[in-house]
Amino acid sequence: MSDTTGPDQITGATPDNALRNADRAEVQDGPMLAADGRPLKESLGRALRRQKMRALLLVAPLLLFVLLTFVVPIVSMLFRSVENQIVSDTLPGTVQAMADWDASTGDVPPEPVFQNLFFDLFDAAEAKEHTKLGTRLNYENTGLASLFRTSGRSMDDIGEIFQDAIEEVDPRFEEGAFWFAMMNGEGNSAVLADQRRRWEALTGDDMDGDIGFAPSQAIVDLLPQTARAYTRFAIWTAIEDEDVVAEEDPWEAFYAALALDLRDPATVSAIADYQGEGADALRALAAADLPDVSFKDAFAELDEDWLSPSVWETLSVYSASFTPGYFLNSVDRELTSDGVSLRPENERIYIKLFGRTLWMSMIITFSCILLGYPVAWLLANLPARTANVLMILVLLPFWTSLLVRTSAWKVLLQQQGVINELLVWLGFIDNANRLVLMNNSTGTIIAMTHILLPFMILPLYSVMKTVNPSYLRAAKSLGATNWTAFWRVYFPQSVPGIGAGSILVFILAIGYYITPEIVGGTDGVFISNRIAYHISRSLNWGLAAALGTILLVVVLILYWCYDQIVGIDNVKLG
Amino acid sequence: MADTLRDDAFVEFERVQKSYDGEVLVVKDLNLTMPKGEFLTMLGPSGSGKTTCLMMLAGFETATHGDIRLDGVSINNIPPHKRGIGMVFQNYALFPHMTIAENLAFPLEVRKIGKSEREEKVRRALDMVEMGDFGGRRPAQLSGGQQQRVALARALVFEPELVLMDEPLGALDKQLREKMQFEITDLAHNLGITTVYVTHDQTEALTMSDRVAVFDDGRIQQLAPPDQLYEQPQNSFVAQFIGENNTLEGVVSEISDTACVVRLDSGEEIDAIPVNVSKVGERTKVSIRPERVEMDASRLQPGAHTLKAEVLEFIYMGDIFRTRLRVAGQNEFIIKTRNAPDQVRLQPGQQIEIGWLAEDCRALDA
Repeated sequence: MSDTTGPDQITGATPDNALRNADRAEVQDGPMLAADGRPLKESLGRALRRQKMRALLLVAPLLLFVLLTFVVPIVSMLFRSVENQIVSDTLPGTVQAMADWDASTGDVPPEPVFQNLFFDLFDAAEAKEHTKLGTRLNYENTGLASLFRTSGRSMDDIGEIFQDAIEEVDPRFEEGAFWFAMMNGEGNSAVLADQRRRWEALTGDDMDGDIGFAPSQAIVDLLPQTARAYTRFAIWTAIEDEDVVAEEDPWEAFYAALALDLRDPATVSAIADYQGEGADALRALAAADLPDVSFKDAFAELDEDWLSPSVWETLSVYSASFTPGYFLNSVDRELTSDGVSLRPENERIYIKLFGRTLWMSMIITFSCILLGYPVAWLLANLPARTANVLMILVLLPFWTSLLVRTSAWKVLLQQQGVINELLVWLGFIDNANRLVLMNNSTGTIIAMTHILLPFMILPLYSVMKTVNPSYLRAAKSLGATNWTAFWRVYFPQSVPGIGAGSILVFILAIGYYITPEIVGGTDGVFISNRIAYHISRSLNWGLAAALGTILLVVVLILYWCYDQIVGIDNVKLG
Repeated sequence: MADTLRDDAFVEFERVQKSYDGEVLVVKDLNLTMPKGEFLTMLGPSGSGKTTCLMMLAGFETATHGDIRLDGVSINNIPPHKRGIGMVFQNYALFPHMTIAENLAFPLEVRKIGKSEREEKVRRALDMVEMGDFGGRRPAQLSGGQQQRVALARALVFEPELVLMDEPLGALDKQLREKMQFEITDLAHNLGITTVYVTHDQTEALTMSDRVAVFDDGRIQQLAPPDQLYEQPQNSFVAQFIGENNTLEGVVSEISDTACVVRLDSGEEIDAIPVNVSKVGERTKVSIRPERVEMDASRLQPGAHTLKAEVLEFIYMGDIFRTRLRVAGQNEFIIKTRNAPDQVRLQPGQQIEIGWLAEDCRALDA
């Protein structure tokens, strides 16, 4: 061989020359400069900016659409899995009063907590929000829904105890106008604003606007609880009911508030110096003997569950604005005052469901590889005309409704179905021992493998199509048998197709819903069926969101593992 | 064109036919014998059956009829992987998922050759094509010429006695192709391997081969060393296909064993030697190479026929001048003259007289 040969020293763009140039560029000091003296990178960036802007404008509509209809709903749904403001929004005073109380004592909280609970529940019942809270807490502690529903209705009864006593002392307290005259005055805007926020948090409605009332400073100082209760009444009457505050009948709640205020000896002595509207009536009240009812006892009388420590433990644990409760629930755990603990054995279903979903998805993916590989090979190696016909057969299922296909499997798989009848007729199985192919995991695997098979075949086919048949010929000419040529040369080149198909099939399978629902029975359902149940039947959206989030995270982790092991660059869809 | 069977035959095709669809014969009655160590090129236009012949020899196609023998043994029913024939493919067919060294080790591995011996052979083969430093790279990281060398090394690493090459240089640029032509022939001769080379590039065929088989229409039109092929084409297809050629048509008017006179359709008469003509009155195509045409009557044999010609175009090509003439009523008659100091440069419109030695002018089939 001549001396001039050797690794090519040809000019022009070759991989070698590109490497050489890169080496040379690295050796140079500092960044490369463009002709005008600016760094080359900057110049390039400037030149490309216009192109980038144009590209961005082209995709902007789709981007916006995806953002609004896909990303935003998903994020807000995921947010529901930790959101728990309903307790602090509905029972703000109670939550605040409970802050100092230790739920782990196994006791019932002290009187002030019950007093706050009364006012909170009274307002919630007026706004008809107490049942929502009951439903929410019922997820954590069964029975709380009815407790809140019945108790909310009975708040008036507690208030009436005080109302009756106060009206007996001075009948003027029956009149809304009298109350209004007494409470109204030079505005204390802080109290007004506070109570507006409280209603807004409770109802989610906007509570701004003129209400024709402001609590007088003297009354706020003298009767703080009464002033607040009345202000809330005023806001509700004016804005939600759109009535005139002075003309409305007073709520039972502020008789209770007034009675509570008067229990404070400091208030009683201050009333003596009070000169405002209704001063005489208040003095008479201070002197009178108002009922010294304990709110704790009053609640206990309504429903003795209020004295159950477990109710208060639940309230205390879930009083925070954000909760890990849904997530713990998703992994069969619960939050107690002692920390996280496993749920009772008969309530553990989610870990099992997650495990089953993953395991069955893996079996389905594997079955798809096993069945799809030969078909894809045939497709890639047949003459174009035959391959097209075969391709239509592969694609045919795509043009049939998923529901129809799954229902067809039902017809085939049931015990009196086509497959069993055929096997019995052929004598393979006894009439008494028909195979159970449906309403269990077997049914789900069979039907889903069939439904997801095209998703395996198509990427496999498109990758195999790019594998030049001369590789196989080369291998054979080098002495490899058919099997060796396939296994050592063809198969490794088709692996990217297997990778792409597996990712597609596995991720689709893990979130599948309709097919397991129809043919899965109880043993063959997936986690997504449970999510659907919580979304549409039990309406526990927080738990559904937490389950969905976990599913999403599991998929992302698996994807990451896959990237580490196989390398996502090795995945080809065509 | 049956090549008579020889005692030293290494590769033999005997009455081989091939049809893909049962209607058309792609290869019609192929007979070919190659001695050991020969470099034979199959040359022909696409669709002439040359690649099919190669594939039948490699074992990827089966002959519809006839016998293919390798070293005296019929290989018709031997699968390709047992034939022990090295092959270089048009697209190189280097396995993209293996390194260069793994590619080369592949044929040794499937032959169950031990690791140390394998490594030694791979190293030697890579050194042989001067790619010793590239063993760890992947095919995609190499340039076309480098891939070509590796493909060659891989076809040779298991020391086959016969190597087949299917247009191996087709994808390279002209400069690199010329260099590789030289390297391949050099290697083949040094190693003493028998080579069957398929190409549609006649320059490649002429420069590389010991013998060239010109294929057309499923038959070997001529099988001969390059010089014979160029200077003594056996029929008008070969004369047209190989190199540049002037063709004049006419009828044989006088004929003897070694010479004949052809009356052209324009009425003029020229001298030729009979190749594919045997009797007076037969139509013939007369073939004269452009560089064998003489403008200087003094260099011709006395009494030789000459033709009147009008210069239509003069093209300066550096090393040669290419002049287009109107001769005997046709406008595409080309003559080539060397760019020598005393060479005349003809002007368009000039009237000249041309002639040639009778042995340079061959009367072929019509």
